[in-house]
Amino acid sequence: MKVNELFKSELKVINMGLESFYQDMKSQDVSAIHVNWKPAAGGNEKMAALLARMKSI
Amino acid sequence: MANFIDQANKEALKLMQDAQPTLIGMGIAKDTLPGMRDNLILHAGPPVKWEDMSGPLRGAVVGGIIYQGLAETVDEAKELAASGKIDFDSCHHHSAVGPMAGVVTAKMPVFIVKNMDQGNYAYCTMNEGLGEVLRFGAYGENVIKHLNWMEKTLYPILKEALEIHGPIDIKSMNAQALQMGDEVHNRNKAGTSLFIREIASSIVKTNASEEDKVKVFDFLNSNDHFYLNLSMPGAKCTMDPVGKVKYSTVVYTMARNGTEFGIRVAGLGDRWFTAPAEIIDGLYFPGYSMEDANRDIGDSCITETSGIGGFAMASAPAIVQFVGGTPADAVQYTTSMYEITLEESVAYKMPNMNFRGTPTGIDIRKVIETQIRPVINTGIASKHAGVGQVGAGVVRPPMKCFEDALQAFVEMLDNEGLLD
Repeated sequence: MKVNELFKSELKVINMGLESFYQDMKSQDVSAIHVNWKPAAGGNEKMAALLARMKSI
Repeated sequence: MANFIDQANKEALKLMQDAQPTLIGMGIAKDTLPGMRDNLILHAGPPVKWEDMSGPLRGAVVGGIIYQGLAETVDEAKELAASGKIDFDSCHHHSAVGPMAGVVTAKMPVFIVKNMDQGNYAYCTMNEGLGEVLRFGAYGENVIKHLNWMEKTLYPILKEALEIHGPIDIKSMNAQALQMGDEVHNRNKAGTSLFIREIASSIVKTNASEEDKVKVFDFLNSNDHFYLNLSMPGAKCTMDPVGKVKYSTVVYTMARNGTEFGIRVAGLGDRWFTAPAEIIDGLYFPGYSMEDANRDIGDSCITETSGIGGFAMASAPAIVQFVGGTPADAVQYTTSMYEITLEESVAYKMPNMNFRGTPTGIDIRKVIETQIRPVINTGIASKHAGVGQVGAGVVRPPMKCFEDALQAFVEMLDNEGLLD
């Protein structure tokens, strides 16, 4: 499907990442769901590295 | 293929699922608790020195010293507590648990709960009821009088009644209470009712006077939290064997002493990982606010550690009127705990969750990875000794406890040459 055709049809949006994108959709009455996703260890690099080491076993 | 950590966790979870906590009798702390002695006072949470104790714990220690007969006045008790002649230790180091301040002295009566699966024991004092009580740091004349009544009247009657009745299966009673709207930490109406129903005829059969039997029934009936002091040692004897499983990342202790929150992780043995305990943003009784609150205190979160309490909050929708939020929040709290646990309880089923088992076995790796901290239902003590409970709410352990534990775990694996 070409992009222009996609936007002519009814959109069902799954948003990952910044929640503000989801809020923008909602404010324009676009049906959307926001995936509650966070980077491993909330982005704490030290903790993510420790987890990665344990996963290497 | 599962690695050795996963295998260790499987073993830890088998111990939790197979545990059979059973009330087998009662005794006096000095005669039953390992290492208990006249000048030793046990308290909730990780070890803490007198000078670092919070108001309610200091108050309970003072009351405990007076009750034990080690001092006659409050000033004498404070002087003795600070003198170094009294030893303090964590209840957890003596197979015991205590709600709120959790103070146990040598002559206090305790419940004896045995894990029939592994043969280990756990102990807990009897619940004193609400109001002016030792566990919230009160030490006045009425507190000591009530403790003496519990020792001289309540204890012998319940001890004799249990001897007449025989063992009581705490796991089965927990499971029934969960289906009746309790989560057996901060809501124990059903558990207490079930206990009274179970023990009633045996109390009647004791040799005590009719007047004392009536007083015992009235006390049990007036105290909705009486069952907490049975669900707690039930959870404690469930979790202690887990603490011996090498390489397991399962949390086998969570506890607070009113100053610090501490956790212990199976693969890291007896080592505590502590951080300052939080002040709870809960529902405060009229006239009180967060300004009045002490930091989080008590061993009662051993229930959450074992997969009940806050983890089973979906089973206790009415509790939100006590701790805040809506019944939907209660379901959400329980649902989120599946993210940080390894299994679902085989025994503890929740009607509101379509009879799904409670989230069981907190894995420190999952806590760090998801940044979701365990949810704990709790009472809130006044920061001033003797005032008592000022509210209730939901609290979580500091993330630092889990971060430090994870780091120590990796260091342990590194030291043993088990990491690349």
